[in-house]
Amino acid sequence: MLPLLETSDLATRLLQQCANGVAKGSVYALVAVGYTRVYGVLQLINFAHSDVYMLGAYFSYYPAKWLGYMPEGAEKPKVPFYVLGLAFLFAVSACAATGMLIERLAYRPLRNASRLSALITAIGVSILLQNVGQMVFGADPKSFPRYMDQESVALGPIAVADTSLVIIVVAAAMVGALHLFVQRTRTGAAMRACSHDMRTAGLMGVNVNATVSLTFALGSAMAAVGGMLIAMDQPRLTPTMGLLAGLKAFVAAVLGGIGSIPGAALGGLLLGVAESMVGAWNTTYADAVAFVVLVVVLLVKPSGILGKSGREKV
Amino acid sequence: MSDAPATLLDLKDVNVFYGAIHALRGVSLEVRQGEVVTLIGANGAGKTTTLAAICGLLKPRSGEIRYGGESIVGAAAHTLVGRGLVMAPEGRGIFPALTVQENLLLGAYSRRDKPGIARDLQRGFDIFPRLAERRSQKGGTLSGGEQQMLAIARALMAQPRLLLLDEPSLGLAPLVVQTIFATVDAINREGVTILLVEQNAHVALKHSHRAYVLESGQIQFSGASAALRNDPRVKAAYLGEGT
Ligand SMILES: Nc1ncnc2c1ncn2[C@@H]1O[C@H](COP(=O)(O)OP(=O)(O)OP(=O)(O)O)[C@@H](O)[C@H]1O
Ligand SMILES: [Mg+2]
Repeated sequence: MLPLLETSDLATRLLQQCANGVAKGSVYALVAVGYTRVYGVLQLINFAHSDVYMLGAYFSYYPAKWLGYMPEGAEKPKVPFYVLGLAFLFAVSACAATGMLIERLAYRPLRNASRLSALITAIGVSILLQNVGQMVFGADPKSFPRYMDQESVALGPIAVADTSLVIIVVAAAMVGALHLFVQRTRTGAAMRACSHDMRTAGLMGVNVNATVSLTFALGSAMAAVGGMLIAMDQPRLTPTMGLLAGLKAFVAAVLGGIGSIPGAALGGLLLGVAESMVGAWNTTYADAVAFVVLVVVLLVKPSGILGKSGREKV
Repeated sequence: MSDAPATLLDLKDVNVFYGAIHALRGVSLEVRQGEVVTLIGANGAGKTTTLAAICGLLKPRSGEIRYGGESIVGAAAHTLVGRGLVMAPEGRGIFPALTVQENLLLGAYSRRDKPGIARDLQRGFDIFPRLAERRSQKGGTLSGGEQQMLAIARALMAQPRLLLLDEPSLGLAPLVVQTIFATVDAINREGVTILLVEQNAHVALKHSHRAYVLESGQIQFSGASAALRNDPRVKAAYLGEGT
């Protein structure tokens, strides 16, 4: 992803890979929080979540492309920041709406059905979204317009791309805000109550359906931000781009402890760093790291690093 | 009894099914303003099912349920809480990952009056000082008795007009049962109408005005609690005394 500084110092190289990994892992974390919250509430692995991430990339790409048109011959044309802001708002709200719609149409009718039926439905929704993506966006890869100089910023001995810094800062702010929302607000308490026991939450006066909708909206909004950040950093958007990223984000959620937002953040960062380390040694193995991690976690500590075992639904 | 208080809750010929299981068979009962009414019966008699039908967790296949004069059949549970119909469920339903205070505040979820909520929170801590000591502790770490106190205090946070209590004595030591029922009496004296489900008929009949006896989904008989305590049918089946 980034040019290494010319150095033979192993420690510096490791540090450099760490920084790259943190940027990568920040996006995993953004997507992972959506998996983790939805699983917490519905005990459902929402496979369609990875495709909402893909939609987030496209939903930010089109406004940025159309609104951010630069006159011919401008030197180093860049998309202005207000356009990025608009693209961000559009991607976030369109994905939140998509997430709520998926829940309403596909999952709510199966709320009391077996979890296997819901899981199969989730896979179906995912395939549907990918195919709609192929039809609407086309299968040819798209690239997000430039918005920064794409220069490296020197941080001590290492160099980090300015786009990576944006990813890290935005992701940290979003995940932190979501965590505070869930832990500190009245609505957040209702979400936590629903994830333990919906019936009893209803007896408290909590509108369970609205709370589940909100869970999907927030998770999808986070995935949209992840999709946009990736679109801005890596210039290849395809309708199937969610597949691998989604799988890795899911592994990050399991690694951190499913249900936990700090867990998803930690899992994402660890996975990103591990991938970067392995990738520095052998790029073809980088993508395998997630699967090795998944197997190891499931064998050693299925509840994940921060997950509490035995917090299952009653 | 010509100037009897108004009827607050009225069930008429309610039938509830779980798939093919006919769990409530034409249950009719009535709770008047200011009363403590108890519903007693053995395991599986249909007590919890009756409460679930009243508070909107289950929809009866037929029959009528009126609360404050209006039909509430088909109303979702969360909409009834704001109307003062509040249930403390069987097994207490404490949220283990939420603190004691968060559990209590969730009880006031349907309210918006912040000063009133703060006042009722303090009142809950006054009634059960043990909860005050443990306010920032996770609900899951409380003992069974403390959880029952929390469940009742939490239900009070919703400002109930009609409070449904499902087996508050379950699994508690006699001393704690006394504390809980002293509170039930006090709540009733403050004007809250109570429908109390119990297997512990002894306690239930002592702390209620009237009682219904439920067997296999049917009301067998009913009457004043004081009278039923001496009723040979009740003595034999529910008070563990031979006739
Ligand atoms: N979800 C359910 N699905 C199927 N049958 C049920 C369900 N819930 C209760 N039943 C059945 O309905 C009947 C009444 O159950 P209910 O829970 O109302 O009894 P109860 O009087 O509250 O008993 P307990 O004192 O043990 O709590 C029982 O025969 C029970 O097996
Ligand atoms: Mg019961």
